[in-house]
Amino acid sequence: MANLVRQLGQRSLNIVQEAGDMMIFLLEGLSLALVPPFRPRRVLQEIYQIGVKSTLIVMLTGAFTGMVMALQGYYTLRQYGSEGALGSAVALSLIREMGPVLTGIMVSARAGSAVTAEIGIMRITEQLDALDTMAVNPVQYVVMPKLLAGVIAVPLLTAIFDVVGILGGYLVGVMLLGVSSGAYFAGMKQSVVAMDVHGGIVKSLVFGLTIILVACYKGYHTGPGAEGVSKATNQTVVLSAVLVLAWDYVLTSFFM
Amino acid sequence: MVKIINLVKTFNGQKVLDGINLTMPTGQITVVIGKSGVGKSVLLKHIIGLLKPDSGQILVDGQDISRLSSRQLREFKQRFAVLFQGGALFDSLNVFENVAFPLREKTRLPETEISQRVRFRLAQMNLNPEVETKLPDELSGGMRKRVALARAMIQEPEIMFFDEPVTGLDPPMTNTVFHLISRTHQESNYTALMVSHDIPEVFSVAHQVAMLHKGRIVAAGTPEEIQNHPDPVVQSFIRGEVDFLEDKTIL
Repeated sequence: MANLVRQLGQRSLNIVQEAGDMMIFLLEGLSLALVPPFRPRRVLQEIYQIGVKSTLIVMLTGAFTGMVMALQGYYTLRQYGSEGALGSAVALSLIREMGPVLTGIMVSARAGSAVTAEIGIMRITEQLDALDTMAVNPVQYVVMPKLLAGVIAVPLLTAIFDVVGILGGYLVGVMLLGVSSGAYFAGMKQSVVAMDVHGGIVKSLVFGLTIILVACYKGYHTGPGAEGVSKATNQTVVLSAVLVLAWDYVLTSFFM
Repeated sequence: MVKIINLVKTFNGQKVLDGINLTMPTGQITVVIGKSGVGKSVLLKHIIGLLKPDSGQILVDGQDISRLSSRQLREFKQRFAVLFQGGALFDSLNVFENVAFPLREKTRLPETEISQRVRFRLAQMNLNPEVETKLPDELSGGMRKRVALARAMIQEPEIMFFDEPVTGLDPPMTNTVFHLISRTHQESNYTALMVSHDIPEVFSVAHQVAMLHKGRIVAAGTPEEIQNHPDPVVQSFIRGEVDFLEDKTIL
């Protein structure tokens, strides 16, 4: 029993220490964005890697999410004779919750894992050490551009997800199930307020930073060999997805 | 002159370096030999500032680099270059960009001057201009080492560090790399530290050889002195004898 408590305590301490280390890593990365050289080209490259390359998968996920929500929403709303509210139901769900969360999870699966693998391989093949010995700060050269790219790209991807999701809902609700096109968009216009959009943007900013922070941290501190990189990549996807959901609850309760 | 005084480093309770004392004379190549896993690369990582010692000093021109501020350490790093074991070329950059990287990062030289210097260094390493656009993954082990040496030499370092420079290379390429190291040393007269277990090839480039064993330097001297050293540990290593005491599974 005492052993179990000791193990539990040790595990808790490790988690707290890792969270602290991650925050120091984040502060170092962000503060280096304010120190020359500013590396705008590297930031653009990372926006391409993290953002542009994730667009297709985000659009696909957004389209099917909007379609499923329209389908589910239609049959529920029809029981109360409120099919006209379908547009607002789809838009609110997407903008407030589904857009930021599912975009975050997709980015973590596609770009987060790639970031960890890339930095992890740089670590085990001594590329990070090579930067260091050339008096180039590896955090500034490798990590900082990725953090900025995450903060810029994820909100934009979330906006794409929302728009494509609304169009997917339109396709199913209006074109397949016969809801009035005017009612679909009018309901949306009436019910979606600026606060909903702001909330979605704040969530996507936080999720973007969280996912790329976890990905960079796990890659930077990867264990030795291919097994270390594989483990770090796995941890990135699991931890960032869990953190996205946990942050979602915290931020939703804040914006409610 | 680089001087290491009583350097100690422990990992997870195990003393990897147990009071290392070593001097790297200016303008000479010092080679640290020893079995795999004995701590040669750990020693090198201390001197290039990637690891901090538990105790002891690393003096470069009389200044202890383990006590330098991050700014002073950055300035010190501009004076040396490292050839890493696997080359450590950047995967996302082609050969030209890899070799040009230190100049683009640390100087304000115009691109025409950078191109000229990169091409000179690649030619010096017997590399054809066609390799310039290749990515590191498309290169053979020997080419990768030579590109990495070109990248190190383009920094015109005062001090060079070589971490197992010929590991994994075939005998002709091993000789080629050692020949290139000798040639660049004759041209630039840099001070160098090389860690290697490639016997007897290292004797052809070394001015001084030191043997690391169980965390300590057990022998140091000219290549001839080391080859004739009376210590059975040194002789056993040089002759490549099977170490029955260390590896009982062979029995």
